Amino acid sequence: MNLYKLTYKPLGSIAVLIQWPKKIEKDILKNIILFRHKIQVDMGEYVLETVPTYNSLTVFFDTARIKYSGVVADLKEIYASKDQKLLIANKVWKIPVCYDDEFALDLTVMAKAKKLKKEKIIALHSEPLYDVYFIGFLPGFLYLGGLAEQLEYPRRDKPRMKVRKGDVALAGNQTGIYPKESPGGWNIIGNSPLSFFNVDIFPPCFAVAGDKVKFIPVDKVRYTAIKKEVEAGVYEIESEIYG
Amino acid sequence: MILAEGMHSSVQDLGRKGYRSFGVPISGAMDKYSAILANKLLNNDEKLPVLEMTMIGPKILFEDHSLIVLTGADMSPEINGAPIKMNHVYEVKTSDVLSFGSLVSGVRAYLGVKGGFLTENKLKSYSYYEGITSQERIHKGDRLRIATYDINLEMTSSKIKVKTAHFEARKLEVTKGPEFNRLTKKHRELLFSKRFKIGGMNNRMGYQLKNKFPSIKDTEIITSTTIPGTVQLTPSGTLIILMRDCPTTGGYPRILQLTDIAINQLAQKKENDVFKFDLESSFDFLSRLVSRFKD
Repeated sequence: MNLYKLTYKPLGSIAVLIQWPKKIEKDILKNIILFRHKIQVDMGEYVLETVPTYNSLTVFFDTARIKYSGVVADLKEIYASKDQKLLIANKVWKIPVCYDDEFALDLTVMAKAKKLKKEKIIALHSEPLYDVYFIGFLPGFLYLGGLAEQLEYPRRDKPRMKVRKGDVALAGNQTGIYPKESPGGWNIIGNSPLSFFNVDIFPPCFAVAGDKVKFIPVDKVRYTAIKKEVEAGVYEIESEIYG
Repeated sequence: MILAEGMHSSVQDLGRKGYRSFGVPISGAMDKYSAILANKLLNNDEKLPVLEMTMIGPKILFEDHSLIVLTGADMSPEINGAPIKMNHVYEVKTSDVLSFGSLVSGVRAYLGVKGGFLTENKLKSYSYYEGITSQERIHKGDRLRIATYDINLEMTSSKIKVKTAHFEARKLEVTKGPEFNRLTKKHRELLFSKRFKIGGMNNRMGYQLKNKFPSIKDTEIITSTTIPGTVQLTPSGTLIILMRDCPTTGGYPRILQLTDIAINQLAQKKENDVFKFDLESSFDFLSRLVSRFKD
């Protein structure tokens, strides 16, 4: 898997920041996931946690047991080592989204600006298999890649003070779902009845970096029914294994 | 029981580790030095949760016996109206009332109790954080459970010298951040010669500085990892120092990184306080410091 020229830098005294070329692309995602997996297998002894992003992997280590230079040496060795056969079972998660006007606060304005029909925007948004690059910003916020170029649209001039839990939004070339109520500047085009973060189960997020997401348009009736099931803790998110 | 809530008080321990890749912040006491000190004075495990109180303290009615201690900011504490000393262990009895007066020094005070607080533990930590714990701060009428204390067993009084320099630090120790090399020579000179002033936007998530800083060429990075102590430079030239509740990732250049000691010191500073950044370039020097702090 030794494909990229990586740089290693300290992040404070507690972590090594490994950086890939400054690009957002699937091959880098795959490379990061694979390296992360190898680190968890081979360096679990003193690696406390690893955090992937688009083009970096941060390795937090036990400073009482090893020095920065020792971690970097081990990381370089593992990156250069021949692939073990790794079976990483990634999933495609089917995420119900209601795109009705009641939820899609910015869809009408966006459709006008883009000179596209609302139905077309919904179709373009719910068609791709999005890649989960990583989780960050808020507990359970998935950074997704794969938005259709036709849907690229600037963030709102004035961020909203309150975006609702489950709001599906887009900005720039990104799309995502707000896992909880928070301020936010992205354009809201729908809402998902699912919970993307549950503090009482492990792992607290159903998706992991490397998984895929597909949005499934649902009407208000189905949305409400799913929401009730989610609240009762009986809704099972549809998923398939891929790869 | 909380009789009056003060400004912003929350239960904190040394943080919630192991969940960053789910987007969960570390949290934990803003000034770990003072939180650990409170536990040490009580002969508690240093990881036990304490109550962090910001600038204006709450009013607390004890409904059981215990030993307590106050560390960090001096907010003129009193038990039943009689002044008590900082960094000194006191016995409290049922129906005693702890209250606070004016802020004398620092920003954040820590209330330690023998055996620690027994509030909810979520994702292996007691630290309050909105969306993880059921509340992000204490409210009037809340009842916080504390460990049962056998009054006949032990009257601890550890003698530990408190570092006054901790509250008076005018230099915050930093290392280079991952995007330090994007700064020009002029930027670097400014960064290490200027006195920086803390702005009004300062809380558990981050501290904004008042000084405008000349912006740099590449003002955005592809979203990447941030940790408490990361100093970000925004496109408008604002410096933001991330603190314990900061998000796990961010999109601004990370030009500097505060050491853990520096984060503790900054946690005791407020709006208009000034400081300078002090660059320590050798990484191993830093790790020595870190291990010394642990001892």
